[in-house]
Amino acid sequence: MQAKENNKNLKRYTIVTAMDNEAGVLSQLAHLFSRKGYNIETIAAGWTVDQNVTRFTIEIYSDEERIKLLCSQLRKLVPIHYVEILDPSKSIRRELMLVRVHAADRASRNEIIQIGNIFRGSVIDITPDTITLSVTGDDQKTQAFEELLKEFGIIELARTGIVAIERGEM
Amino acid sequence: MDKITRKLDGSEILIQCLLEQGVDTIFGYPGGAILNVYDKLYDHPEIRHILTAHEQGASHAADGYARSTGKVGVCFATSGPGSTNLTTGVATAYMDSSPVVFITCNVNSDLIGRDSFQEVDITGVTLPITKCTYTVSDVKNLADTVREAFTIARSGRPGPVLIDIQKNATADEYEYSPVTPDEYRSGLNKRISRLIETHHPSIGYPEIDIKAVEKLAEMIDASEKPLLICGGGVVRANASEEFRTLANRMDSPVAITVMGGGAFGGYDPLKTGMIGMHGSQASNMACDACDLLIAVGCRFSDRVTLNPAGFAKNAKIVHIDIDPSEIDKNIKTDLHIIGDAKEILTLLLSKLKNDKKNDAWKNYVFSFRRETEYDDPENGTLTPKQILSAAAEILPQDTIVTTDVGQHQMWAIQHFKFDYPGQLITSGGFGTMGFGLGAAIGVQAGNPEKTVLHVTGDGSFRMNCNELSTEEYYKMPIITLIFNNSTLGMVRQWQHLIYKERYSQTTLDRGPDFAKLAGAYGVHGVIVRDETALRKALTDAVNSRSDGLGWVIDCRIDIDEMVRPMVGGNSFITNFMLY
Repeated sequence: MQAKENNKNLKRYTIVTAMDNEAGVLSQLAHLFSRKGYNIETIAAGWTVDQNVTRFTIEIYSDEERIKLLCSQLRKLVPIHYVEILDPSKSIRRELMLVRVHAADRASRNEIIQIGNIFRGSVIDITPDTITLSVTGDDQKTQAFEELLKEFGIIELARTGIVAIERGEM
Repeated sequence: MDKITRKLDGSEILIQCLLEQGVDTIFGYPGGAILNVYDKLYDHPEIRHILTAHEQGASHAADGYARSTGKVGVCFATSGPGSTNLTTGVATAYMDSSPVVFITCNVNSDLIGRDSFQEVDITGVTLPITKCTYTVSDVKNLADTVREAFTIARSGRPGPVLIDIQKNATADEYEYSPVTPDEYRSGLNKRISRLIETHHPSIGYPEIDIKAVEKLAEMIDASEKPLLICGGGVVRANASEEFRTLANRMDSPVAITVMGGGAFGGYDPLKTGMIGMHGSQASNMACDACDLLIAVGCRFSDRVTLNPAGFAKNAKIVHIDIDPSEIDKNIKTDLHIIGDAKEILTLLLSKLKNDKKNDAWKNYVFSFRRETEYDDPENGTLTPKQILSAAAEILPQDTIVTTDVGQHQMWAIQHFKFDYPGQLITSGGFGTMGFGLGAAIGVQAGNPEKTVLHVTGDGSFRMNCNELSTEEYYKMPIITLIFNNSTLGMVRQWQHLIYKERYSQTTLDRGPDFAKLAGAYGVHGVIVRDETALRKALTDAVNSRSDGLGWVIDCRIDIDEMVRPMVGGNSFITNFMLY
């Protein structure tokens, strides 16, 4: 995070890669990022149409030169099928955020639900003292949602990390 | 080969798979977890197993065997410390792209993860220093894994692979039917098929970019001051013939990296010598002044380029390499061609229109010294030059030289005139002290007819001299030449030049007496202090080869001998601090 703030040339990149779905591939992948000095901002994984293949979406801060080298290093890993850097203008990025906030009185409960509606979030759990909501969107949207809920007191917050996909060709 | 499917236990399957790959020599050390495999080995006298004193020795031996024969080296070790003792050897092979398959066994599947006796996650440990690692917990996957591991180790940019087999998989039975490596590559394994289809860098490379080759031919035509760099890739691709033809047709001086030693004729008039930190003046000055730099199979390590900002600043830089991840990693290039050096150079030669003559340029380059010149001894002590000249004169020209790491390594590479790929076996990338003797054992095992010279220093030799017992037991007449200056010479040199002569922990004024130590191991040992004694010892060593006993020749040299020339780390390549 510090490196990111100190260096203005750094940009956020979304890398998608597919690997054989077998034990140890995540550690191979993660290891390469740390070996090359990267902090992974978000990572999300799951199998694809082929259950033998796992697709990862990884976001990191880098510059144009270093990201190319990183990708060519990644492509050398034997379980890797492909590595791509997504163009933000031609791709869709989403993450799911779950957040439990204090809501001990009627006024704050109402307000929280309204905020949730504006963000197309949904209430997934409610108790006399708390509300838990889920919201989906890119990191800017989930960040904004988090900011608005802060004043109520966030008890716990969980993010899946970004998953991304290219838009279809028109 | 018998094609009938049989039911065999895992250990027998492993051995059958090794036989499929043409393995006839294994280096290793047994232990509890790998007992089943060694028990089966007892029934296979057609495979020679060389038992070393320490797993590290076995790892370097398998590496030296691979580098000197071009075959895949094989190394066995047991679980836990047996496997971790391999790691320095694994990393050494990885940094120098040497194809070795390391096979370790681990505790039973049901004991994994319980911190059992001699249990370690060796695939995790070796992940960053291998091309690929495999864990086999079920005998069903064993044969396929072994075949895949050999395919990966020897393909593309070669490198080490580690297979960790859990003990139950060496005892359980499964069906086995033989497969040749060619059959295997043609579609039997889903992953290998995918790797081949996608030109995955671990196994191959994309089709050679003909446009880029044509462009390079034009650049060569336009160039008046070319320089070629011969890297380790020329050795691995066995492309020295094509490289030599290219150099002659371009009439271009050739600088050689540590790993490129042997790939370009030592006596060739176009040779400028080593390049980089201890590069010759001719190499480094040529690099600075050239208008076209073509590096073949070299990764522009910091020991070659020093300060990358000023490297070959007047030149268009062209990089030929099999590994796409090396392109623009250390040095920004103007053109690159990815592929096998032999294929690319063959193609390039067919595209070259004119043969060039660059007399003025060569006159400039060779006005600088291409070799190190030492002052004559003033006090009668032996000098590195005397030692190496005597060795070059007395030993056969095709002697294979292994080295450890430090001053002696640089001296040996600067002075010997290597003639063929695989003649110099040295730890270039990882810089592993203690590599040389193990490697020499592997070299001698793979090249029984050749003379093997192990050049070392007193510091390096002390690290792994236990392998003298292996050398003696297997009757390998290896000649060990110790440059004994009673110090860690290279570190002392830095302390002298950069650390104001503060010789912190580098003076090795201690035993053992290496000649007596040799005697204790049952090989010849002698201390030499002057040229006459040295020449006699070398002659005796050559003449006594038939007794099968090695020699340890402890050459006493001055503590303040230095490797010349020298450019400080990260300075400009022409900024010599020592000439």
